[in-house]
Amino acid sequence: MKNPFDNLDKSLEHRVRLQIMSVLVTNEAYDFNSLKELIGVTDGNLASHMKALEKEKYISITKSFADRKPNTKYKATERGRTSFRKHLEALEDILKQQKK
Amino acid sequence: MKEIPEYEKDLASIRAMMERSVKFASLSGLSGVLAGIYALLGAGTAYYLIYFPNSPFGFRFNYLNERETLLQLIVVAGVVLIASLLTGYALSLKKAKKLGVSIWNTPSKQLLIDLFTPLIAGGLLLLILLWRGYFAILASACLLFYGLALASASRNTYKEVWYLGLFEIALGLMAALLPGYGLLFWALGFGVLHIVYGILMHYRYDQ
Repeated sequence: MKNPFDNLDKSLEHRVRLQIMSVLVTNEAYDFNSLKELIGVTDGNLASHMKALEKEKYISITKSFADRKPNTKYKATERGRTSFRKHLEALEDILKQQKK
Repeated sequence: MKEIPEYEKDLASIRAMMERSVKFASLSGLSGVLAGIYALLGAGTAYYLIYFPNSPFGFRFNYLNERETLLQLIVVAGVVLIASLLTGYALSLKKAKKLGVSIWNTPSKQLLIDLFTPLIAGGLLLLILLWRGYFAILASACLLFYGLALASASRNTYKEVWYLGLFEIALGLMAALLPGYGLLFWALGFGVLHIVYGILMHYRYDQ
């Protein structure tokens, strides 16, 4: 019997990262400030988690300028979507086993 | 490794984020009611300009192909549109402040794009119809494009907006079947429907 805990993604363990990925898989793209407001974390906190997700190549970043202000948009990569789905399935398996 | 309740919280937070990230929640029901009242006042003025003292079912004193009447009606419609947009913006700003979110975020931008794509196409068509003198289908086209705009924008906000869109589309089609009663359908679609929708939204979400 395989252990569903083994299927959990270590880089998605932290809830803020999980929330970031939830937003990015449901939306085409999201900007930093909207994301910060939605999740309710500080600039620095969000930035450090974004950096971690970027390092895993789970998200991609496009920088542009709107009205001369920098506008950074984040997107989930295909790799990020797959990992997120697998992590979600593992979470469900864990809870399903718990109920038996 | 975390405890089991922590995993349950993880799943719950995923669900909440997925839902909240696409929804623009700062629409105010009151702005629907006010927009409806402006539209009824506008329709009343239009009635006065065209039919008074006859009923809107009777014969008219002024016709749209008279330049002066037409210009007056365009001004009335423009005032109603601008007043409704300003009211909607101001009340959304207020509600956003109450909810502690900003009005200018990813869902609201997407909502505006979805709303204005059909709206601008419809607006341009209306100008062309006006210019070519096809007055009989003006009200119908107005309602149809507005309904389509609402239906497409509803993806990023409350699902009630989608139903409002469907009703506007239905009225638009009926207006096309009964040319000559455009003003009546216009008053129903932009006046009465907005007021009903606004009251419903106010009691469901603004309390």
